Amino acid sequence: MIDPSETPSGKLVPGKSILVLDNVSVSFDGFKALNALSFVVMSGEMRAVIGPNGAGKTTMMDVITGKTRPDQGKVIFRDYHDLTRLDEPRIANLGIGRKFQKPTVFEALTVLDNLWMALKANRRIRAMFTFTLSSANRARIEEVLEVTGLTALRDDLAGGLSHGQKQWLEIGMLLVQDPDLLLVDEPVAGMTDAETEATATLLRTIAKSHSVVVVEHDMEFVRALDVPVTVLHEGSVLADGSLDTVQRNEAVIEVYLGR
Amino acid sequence: MSATNISLRLLGNDTGARVFLAAIIALTVLVPILNVAVPPDSPFHVPTYAVSLFGKYLCFALLALSVDLIWGFCGILSLGHGAFFAIGGYAIGMYMMREIGPRGVYGHPELPDFMVFLNWTELPWFWLGFDMFWFAAAMVVVAPGLLAFVFGWLAFRSRVSGVYFSIISQAMTYALMLAFFRNDMGFGGNNGLTDFKDILGFNLQANATRITLFVFSGVALIGAFALCRFIVASKMGRVLIAIRDAEARARFVGYRTDMYKLFVFSVSAVLAGIAGALYVPQVGIINPGEFSPLKSIEIVVWVALGGRGTLYGAVLGAISVNALKSYFTALAPEIWLFLLGGLFVLVTVALPRGLVGLRGQLARRRANSGALKPKLAERDPAS
Repeated sequence: MIDPSETPSGKLVPGKSILVLDNVSVSFDGFKALNALSFVVMSGEMRAVIGPNGAGKTTMMDVITGKTRPDQGKVIFRDYHDLTRLDEPRIANLGIGRKFQKPTVFEALTVLDNLWMALKANRRIRAMFTFTLSSANRARIEEVLEVTGLTALRDDLAGGLSHGQKQWLEIGMLLVQDPDLLLVDEPVAGMTDAETEATATLLRTIAKSHSVVVVEHDMEFVRALDVPVTVLHEGSVLADGSLDTVQRNEAVIEVYLGR
Repeated sequence: MSATNISLRLLGNDTGARVFLAAIIALTVLVPILNVAVPPDSPFHVPTYAVSLFGKYLCFALLALSVDLIWGFCGILSLGHGAFFAIGGYAIGMYMMREIGPRGVYGHPELPDFMVFLNWTELPWFWLGFDMFWFAAAMVVVAPGLLAFVFGWLAFRSRVSGVYFSIISQAMTYALMLAFFRNDMGFGGNNGLTDFKDILGFNLQANATRITLFVFSGVALIGAFALCRFIVASKMGRVLIAIRDAEARARFVGYRTDMYKLFVFSVSAVLAGIAGALYVPQVGIINPGEFSPLKSIEIVVWVALGGRGTLYGAVLGAISVNALKSYFTALAPEIWLFLLGGLFVLVTVALPRGLVGLRGQLARRRANSGALKPKLAERDPAS
């Protein structure tokens, strides 16, 4: 098991790639969810991934986080680790965090316990019995509670939170997990306009010190993020560039508006 | 918000656990006193057979506790936990067989009676060492623990969970039952191991021995309860609950959920083995019937009846169901299984959180009816 303390964290190396997907293909019963997908995320970059339903966005996340094994291709993290050989906990401990489309928090635990669980720390079984919060970690949790607006709800069960609050708690869990690369799947689904705007601000703040990949349907939100966009279609990259560039791209218009 | 505060929240405010602990300690202390110090003609006298009966309940309580640890907190529904109980029982049974020595029916200096009966001439290798108590005691822990570790390793690594895990755990205990029924296995076949004479030189029929076994059962239960509380109140407990409710999510946060499950499953199996080892000297027999799937299902019923995920609920369930069982099997043995089935259905429908959830359920109902009344009163003048 990889001890998270052994791996460098939060270090942004400008001009280097943090994640490389090289010629990755996945098929389910003959359906090609990813078709020779190649894709690079640079260290410190925030990138939005858009695409119609079935374009392979979530499958891409599954491959990166170890949930799905690709039929071919490599996924290289920090120029060194081939993620296709590792399982979910190992990949998480290397420094890749994931937020799911449907908010998944630990419902029977309190807000505080959820953050406590996600907090970057030794994940070995032995460490579970001796775990104590350092004052730095305590301050960090307080800070995240503040940022996500959950301070007053800290002792409430996560199962009782509203949809938007769960989304924010999940983002908060990512924050205390402090991964180098964050994969964020539709973070504003089911949020109000005000919440969406606040989420965009939060993600932009996070992106200052982390590499982030955001999958999103909501074009307004992508515009608010103001980051480079990659368009996926039928399991491979159709276009990339700024949002304005890709929106003018003939092929993208065709895919989105139909023939 | 410190770590101690968080564990206090789980442990300190739990009146149920306190009441439970006090009751078990009181039982462990009082029963021997009422047996020894109170004259037999007094209504408060506890006869020796009852001491062993209570001791049996305590062993079942420990067994139920072990199931609640994995089922209530980690969502692992084992329908084969009787196997670990039985193996612990066999380990101590083998020791007690060896201790009979030449006093058996056939008077063989070394071989237990059933081996002489089968015309065996020497002790099978796996019986070696069981003449020493420390070795048998070690096996009580090692054998169930190892079986659970291997079984769990195979199952959890392959991500077998939920109902599939329940089914293969049941298959495991069933296979062991069939194996132990065979005379060739060398564990006494159908009859199992019985006719024990003494343990560590103490006569098993003697009052003092029976009281000692009872006290050990109580102490083991209290110790196991403390251990389980420690586990669930630590960060480990949160991880177990997280695995129970959203295992995939726990993996993405970086927890190797298979290892956590393996750990808690093995701990649970060891506790079940200890329960079996305390049970067998008190009832005087261990046979393959203990491996029967029905027995394992019964344990799950105790836990469900008492209320899972509280630890003391499992103990309460085990003791109350078995007390009922003792009563009804004496009164009308043929209706007992119907009664047990009926109880299970009743609890599932009416008491989803078991007996220990009853108080909360009643309180909520009272609160709800209280809240309704003013509303009706408000409406009255308008209508």
